[in-house]
Amino acid sequence: MTMIKKTPKQSTLQGIKSLFVGLKVTGRNFVMPQITTHYPRKEVSNLATYRGHVDLVPKEDDPMTSKCILCGQCAKACPSNCIELVIRKEEVEPPPDEEAQPDSGSKEEATAKSAPKKKKVKRILDAFMLNYNLCSLCGQCVQTCPVDSLEFSTNSYLAGFTREEFIFDLLERMRNKQKASSSG
Amino acid sequence: MLHYAHEQLQGDYYTRAFQAGAQEDTLIINMGPQHPSTHGVLRIILELHGEYILRAEPVLGYVHRMQEKMGEVKTYPQYLANMGRVDYLHALAWNWAYVRAVEQLLELEVPERAEYVRVITCELNRITSHLLWWGAYLLDLGAFTPIMYGFADRERAMDLLQIITGSRLTYCYYTFGGVTADLTPQFIDGTKDFCKYMRTRLPMYKDLVTDNMILRHRVDDIGIISVDMARRYGVTGPNLRGSGVEHDLRRNTPYSIYDRFDFEIPAYEECDALARYLVRMDEMEQSISIIEQAIQSLPEGPVMPPKMPKVIKPPKGEAYGEVEGARGVIGIHVISDGTATPYRIKLRAPSFSNLSLFAEVSKGILLADAVSILGSLDLVIPEIDR
Repeated sequence: MTMIKKTPKQSTLQGIKSLFVGLKVTGRNFVMPQITTHYPRKEVSNLATYRGHVDLVPKEDDPMTSKCILCGQCAKACPSNCIELVIRKEEVEPPPDEEAQPDSGSKEEATAKSAPKKKKVKRILDAFMLNYNLCSLCGQCVQTCPVDSLEFSTNSYLAGFTREEFIFDLLERMRNKQKASSSG
Repeated sequence: MLHYAHEQLQGDYYTRAFQAGAQEDTLIINMGPQHPSTHGVLRIILELHGEYILRAEPVLGYVHRMQEKMGEVKTYPQYLANMGRVDYLHALAWNWAYVRAVEQLLELEVPERAEYVRVITCELNRITSHLLWWGAYLLDLGAFTPIMYGFADRERAMDLLQIITGSRLTYCYYTFGGVTADLTPQFIDGTKDFCKYMRTRLPMYKDLVTDNMILRHRVDDIGIISVDMARRYGVTGPNLRGSGVEHDLRRNTPYSIYDRFDFEIPAYEECDALARYLVRMDEMEQSISIIEQAIQSLPEGPVMPPKMPKVIKPPKGEAYGEVEGARGVIGIHVISDGTATPYRIKLRAPSFSNLSLFAEVSKGILLADAVSILGSLDLVIPEIDR
């Protein structure tokens, strides 16, 4: 149950007193420690949870390749069309020994069927282009990815002079990062 | 060339139409589009007689971004990102209104924990919105210090929201059926601390500003919006409650789980800028109380329904989702034609209705009071223009 209240009225004396009460608050804050940060010399402490542009996640067993399965769901889900997958098709001949390995009956049939076409087309990710100029950081790509191959970066100090600096090849970024972490 | 210059001097359509009705010995000026007190690009054409306003006409559309049209070309999830940009101060309420509409279309059941998470984050966002309004309003009235206090406290709340949403202003956090990320222990502890901290700050605000004599002179009996006028223009939110009407969707048509919490709907009967000011100050306190109650009774469980359709394709039909935002009733009407893209999306922005009455309420008042009234309406221009 709520009551419709009346705004409290103030006498002149109370009004004058209020000015001194206000001064007291200001005086107290004057001697309190500073809460702002001198940016170039110090950094704020809340950057770990910042959600920047997306990055590719490397495979656990092979850090130079990404988890991406090239399905293109992220590019489709993106509201501003800022993701582009550069895919190269390559014909690879599968080694026959590995193909024949499965021993269950149904799989043997499957291999028998696929046996005539010797060459398999493999799709290889050449580049994962992200146009960060258009990105609105909504996270739809990360949510739709079926294999969790995308994550948010935490670089909040990203800055540049030209538009081209914000068109990233995420695959290259990921590899450079892996190289740096393995060497360093 | 000369003709062109002549055209320029004539002014645009709005100026010419406004000038047509001018009286003699009056001055017509533009307040805005770039004016510190409009907080965005809002232009108001004023006809002044001395320091008194005879007529006022708001001119809108400077930040029109075709939000409604965009809804017709994007898929349902793609449009989520737009919602944070309509009203950047209470983005989560817009998020909520949209997901509520689509959830109705899809007949999705939201898990209980997700509802609690939504309440906690939405109320936290409401506090940040009111804090910014508080600071900016007093800045308009000539007090510089309060915005510093307001921003320092708002920063804490934004840090908390950043932990779970990843962004600080234009959140895109709710999704159909739930929320995108669960609360972390860091967030819960931080929010508890924040509630305690804000309870010490609000009395300080009262001492410093609310009780201040100078503020009282600027807001008391200024900008009387009678209940009748408020109803004619469709005013909602704190502005309506400042006119003595206890209308709040959280109480009148409780959505989500708001019926489980014990909170008051602050309302004042004076209809002036002070009443609207006090409503918002009291509302912050109520929001803190709701957050505390929600955290205390936060259930365990998933934040997303177990079975979600891969492609959001609601059946034919329409749905209207409305929530109580920091500025009033936010309503989103979604019409589906059975495809992955909405047929039509209509956004009901509370600020639009709240601004509409300005022309009427500002008749015959001092120019300095117009600034006070504009501030007390708590307008967010991108929301008006959409």
